[in-house]
Amino acid sequence: MADIVLDHVTKRYPDGYEAVKEMDLQVADGEFIILVGPSGCGKSTALRMIAGLEDITDGELRIGGDVVNDRAPKDRDIAMVFQNYALYPHMTVRENMGFALKLAKAPKEEIDRKVLEAARILDLEQHLDRKPANLSGGQRQRVAMGRAIVRDPKAFLMDEPLSNLDAKLRVQMRTEVSRIQSRLGTTTVYVTHDQTEAMTLGDRVAVMRTGRLQQVGRPSELYNDPVNLFVAGFIGSPAMNFLPATVEGDTIHLPIGDVPVAEEHRRGLQSGGARSVIAGLRPESFEDAALVGDQRERGIAFQAKIDVVESMGSELYAYFAVETEGVASQELEELAQDAGTAEVPGAESGQVVARLDAASQVSEGAEAELWFDAAKLHLFDAESGRSLRAA
Amino acid sequence: MLRSSREAALWSIGILVVLLYALIPVLWILSLSLKPADQLGDRRFVPQEFSFENYETIFNTETFTRALVNSVGIAGLATLISILLAAMAAYALARLDFAGKALILSGALAVAMFPPISIVGSLFNIWREVGLYDTWPGLIIPYMTFTLPLAIYTLSAFFREIPWELEQAAQVDGATPFQAFRKVIVPLAAPGVFTSAILVFIFAWNDFIFANTLTSTDEARTVPAALAFFTGGSQFEQPIGAISAASIVVTIPIIVMVLIFQRRIVAGLTAGAVKG
Repeated sequence: MADIVLDHVTKRYPDGYEAVKEMDLQVADGEFIILVGPSGCGKSTALRMIAGLEDITDGELRIGGDVVNDRAPKDRDIAMVFQNYALYPHMTVRENMGFALKLAKAPKEEIDRKVLEAARILDLEQHLDRKPANLSGGQRQRVAMGRAIVRDPKAFLMDEPLSNLDAKLRVQMRTEVSRIQSRLGTTTVYVTHDQTEAMTLGDRVAVMRTGRLQQVGRPSELYNDPVNLFVAGFIGSPAMNFLPATVEGDTIHLPIGDVPVAEEHRRGLQSGGARSVIAGLRPESFEDAALVGDQRERGIAFQAKIDVVESMGSELYAYFAVETEGVASQELEELAQDAGTAEVPGAESGQVVARLDAASQVSEGAEAELWFDAAKLHLFDAESGRSLRAA
Repeated sequence: MLRSSREAALWSIGILVVLLYALIPVLWILSLSLKPADQLGDRRFVPQEFSFENYETIFNTETFTRALVNSVGIAGLATLISILLAAMAAYALARLDFAGKALILSGALAVAMFPPISIVGSLFNIWREVGLYDTWPGLIIPYMTFTLPLAIYTLSAFFREIPWELEQAAQVDGATPFQAFRKVIVPLAAPGVFTSAILVFIFAWNDFIFANTLTSTDEARTVPAALAFFTGGSQFEQPIGAISAASIVVTIPIIVMVLIFQRRIVAGLTAGAVKG
């Protein structure tokens, strides 16, 4: 077991394209860290550089204190779980899991013992003599995990290991991965594009965008205190709503009403005059005004015409439009692109999603009085996209 | 797959026609080889009496037994070396990006397009100069040259099918690039390796032009060339029976090889490597 340190690590391809730019990241011994970001953000490249499958153009990579930039993958003592599992099809499950030990010339009894032990952890004992072709997706995934576990390596590297599973199995394996990691206590770097996976799995999460690390922190830090629009829009589901706002003196004019400037934003806003900013409103910071009770003072109530109501059973998602010219930001455009056709709420059209209590009586097409918790307002600089919360 | 009986019948007839067309000459030779010398001209398809005297004759003939040893040795070695080289070349072509890759591929194809007869004359002179004439390497080298392109093409097609991740997984698992190649890639490309091996072997085994031109004694003469030197028991006797028997004997290894390896020449071995 060991820590992993990326010190200004850069990956530049021969055509000049930089996939990873000056990445600095310290992964502590035994830590479970998640690299997350939209496709093409460089997270997989970063992982493959740690594995030694990609050359490092610049910077230094240390595993357990040793600089390993020029070491071949086999000399780094790391295990990797690939997105498509990469099981050896001509070997049985037992041989697949024991392959690394066999290459390391471990004694046969030791290989057998370790493979059995890993198989027991992963519930694969009865499948040891089958070939990968005869296994289900979930079983293959577990074999891939097993191949990593038997090695007892310095670190696990996982490249979207759950993305090929169906939704139900993914949730199940997510718990499994987390359980195994905490049981073994092996340093783990886990790459995913799924923010839910990132939030639920990791000790810490590192958000990447276009080759740059945006923010590294505990899931709650990223959620409560995103450093910029990108992180704010990426973390959380449904995504944060973004609305244009202007600040005049001590008041923030939002399309849904006015709120006083909170203490935490005051320093970031410094300049006295009117100033346009981007306001970020988490869907869960809204509530049906009828259900708020005595907290009402803390926030603002407003009327909205509800377009669509989605009931999840435990909660409601209410979609409504806000009169606004929309906000323009490159970061938000990128997020929207990554999400495909589904736009980031509010980015252009002023569409807003609110998560309401299941007891709410709002209905589609009707006016409703909603409430927003002003204490949970996020403000971002309209130019740079940075959070205005004083650090 | 459900087929109407009519369709099945048509298929059977078609297959039968092809089989007869291909097998009758072979059966005829088999029949000739089993006839005693005095009945060779009796114009019967099924011999009146079966005799193994022709087989006895050829196995007692030094020319034939020597040629058989030469054939097995030369074809075997040519196959082995050709596949080894082709596997490594194909792997490089399939996996690496290097300058001149297209040139090498088209060069290999150009070699395959050369008719052997066009170089046999000059080869004869060169071989005599450098002392390769009438030796095993003298035949192995041209066989390799002519079979490498095909082997490289077949193998690189198979290698390309194998997902990159498998080698990377092997490397992370602690394998050197060569170990990854030998323990993961080659076993997975086995159908391709066997296919190419059979093709190379058949080419070398059946070749007549090089074998006849580049040899002069029993030193390196292979069976197809040796057959031409067969003589009868006396100058008035046709060696047809012996030639037939020898033809049957040289056909057997090919049949055996195809029968053994046809099981291996099945695709789908890679099933289950990655998400299926």
